[in-house]
Amino acid sequence: MTPLRWAFLGRVPYEDATTLQGYLVDLVRRGETGDTLLLLTHPPVITLGRGAHAENVVIPDDERTAAGIELHQAGRGGDVTYHGPGQLVGYPIVALRENRRDAHRYLRELEEGLIATAAAHGVTASRINGLTGIWVGDAKLAAIGVRIGTGWITSHGFALNVGRDLKGFEAIVPCGIRDRSVTSLALELDRDIAPEDVAEAAATAVAEALGYEAVWDDPALAALSRGALSSPPVPGDRP
Amino acid sequence: MRVDVVMPQMGESIAEGTITRWMKQVGDTVSRDEPIFEISTDKVDAEIPSPAAGRLIEIRNAVGETVPVNQVVAVLETDVGAAVSAAPAAATAKAEAPSPAPAAVQPAATKAPAAEPAPPRGEGSFVSPVVRKIASEHGIDPERVPGTGAGGRVTKKDVLDFVAKGSAKAAAPAPAPSVTFAPGMRVERQPMSPMRKKIAEHMIESRRISAHVNSVFEVDMTRIVKMREKYKAVYEKRHGTKLTMTPFFVKAACDGLHAWPVINASVEGNDIVYKKDLNIGVAVALAWGLIVPVVKNADELSIAGLTKKINDLAERARAKKLLPDEVQGGTFTITNPGIFGGVFGLPIISQPQVAIMGIGGIEKRPVVIDDAIAIRSMMYLSMSYDHRVVDGAVADQFLAMVKKGLQEFDESLL
Repeated sequence: MTPLRWAFLGRVPYEDATTLQGYLVDLVRRGETGDTLLLLTHPPVITLGRGAHAENVVIPDDERTAAGIELHQAGRGGDVTYHGPGQLVGYPIVALRENRRDAHRYLRELEEGLIATAAAHGVTASRINGLTGIWVGDAKLAAIGVRIGTGWITSHGFALNVGRDLKGFEAIVPCGIRDRSVTSLALELDRDIAPEDVAEAAATAVAEALGYEAVWDDPALAALSRGALSSPPVPGDRP
Repeated sequence: MRVDVVMPQMGESIAEGTITRWMKQVGDTVSRDEPIFEISTDKVDAEIPSPAAGRLIEIRNAVGETVPVNQVVAVLETDVGAAVSAAPAAATAKAEAPSPAPAAVQPAATKAPAAEPAPPRGEGSFVSPVVRKIASEHGIDPERVPGTGAGGRVTKKDVLDFVAKGSAKAAAPAPAPSVTFAPGMRVERQPMSPMRKKIAEHMIESRRISAHVNSVFEVDMTRIVKMREKYKAVYEKRHGTKLTMTPFFVKAACDGLHAWPVINASVEGNDIVYKKDLNIGVAVALAWGLIVPVVKNADELSIAGLTKKINDLAERARAKKLLPDEVQGGTFTITNPGIFGGVFGLPIISQPQVAIMGIGGIEKRPVVIDDAIAIRSMMYLSMSYDHRVVDGAVADQFLAMVKKGLQEFDESLL
């Protein structure tokens, strides 16, 4: 099976992650690197998809700045969303091949991968028809918003709520849906769990749902993708 | 010729799309596959590439309009010589000011076969000595230059044109020898994983960059082996961590690096860059290979601190929880060719470092001490170093210092 290499990058500012995605999209498009899944967390940030309605950001600007929450335009589909430290963010940079060039199919596969990730941690989540994302009852566990670039190269992706602290969501109306709340794995399980604890399961499940085999990459390879070519991933030893 | 640009079908169940942005305006030239507009459907934003190269002569739908799949949203003129036709209703004022060719024409340029080397013509073809000389001055195989002279002969001008087209570089490297297997041979072919490819590239690259030389020292580890036995339980209790051999090597190496800073340096052009931080890469063997987390400022840590740090890095390496920062920025590397019983190894330097130290297996051997034979725990300590900047005398004095540091390790540090 095709490998989907992945790495957990830790906390990455939203802008850096956008730059990194752009860089990887170019590499994947030119066939210079394989399909990749970046897993990371963001410092508190509100992002606006291209279809965003400004009124869904409910926090006043000065309060937002005081709370240290950044605001960014995102080149993805969807409305407003919030990202914060307790959330596992996944950016699959993959080339959708001929028979998989269907945006809805891709969204459904991401959902399937996230449902399996939740299941791996003992949380039963499901889809709600017409509302992209995954849900536990009426509460949103993961949000999805993707971009498909020239050559059917994907970017952006999903944000799975993992930690307990969901206060940041009070700043927005998630995805512009007013009558539903948010939840997280930690709240559902009533125990502490962090994004990095979920990363491997998420990589495995998302890769499988997209038809790949997850291959954990030397993190330095992920660093290489960042253009940090000064240090090779593996020293000069026997492999 | 006119080519219609339609709202693409982004999925079986997607019937329409909303235009969110036009990257090109009427009058702009576009290359094939260059994005010309963006659409949004539900949770997906998509960039729509041009179906052909040409000039955009008509835009039919403005930003914000929702258009059914397969409806024409714009028209291209592929005959670039043709004048932009009278601006249609929806056109913008930019029609008479076509922008210069966009930067993104690159893919087209790289594909251009203009200067592609011709296949060799075989041995029979005649190349004059003058032409041959010019070709060799430019590092070109004249057999690969397309000839335009009589009978396809390569002329001096052909060679110079070939050079001007920039093919010199492309043609210069000899093709990698391809290994072929006769039918019936029992082989299995597998593509390299991305990681394998990277490793391969880095190994070859390091061999190319650094003038590798090696020194091997024999070290009596008896004292450290005993010390470790003695303090194992204490460390478990006092620090909650397992005392291994690695912290001893890191400590001894740091002392040596302070004394011989060129071993903790890098080469940049004609400069030697001495690094003030001692960031020591420590190889950790994993089921699938080997990874080298870096202990930053290792010389500032106590033995207990080193032990904790190294064990934490190793544990997280195995749990796949290392962060990119933690495998970067090493200034010197310690690896362990001894883990499977090797006596010593001669590792390849991790660029841009200039030295890598290899810890061989520790074995009890009879040795002569004060004219008597004793049984001691012995180990070979090897180092590969870059002879461009590290002299043999420096490397050997460094290793002698590491050896002394290990053999006479100060117990009070534990």
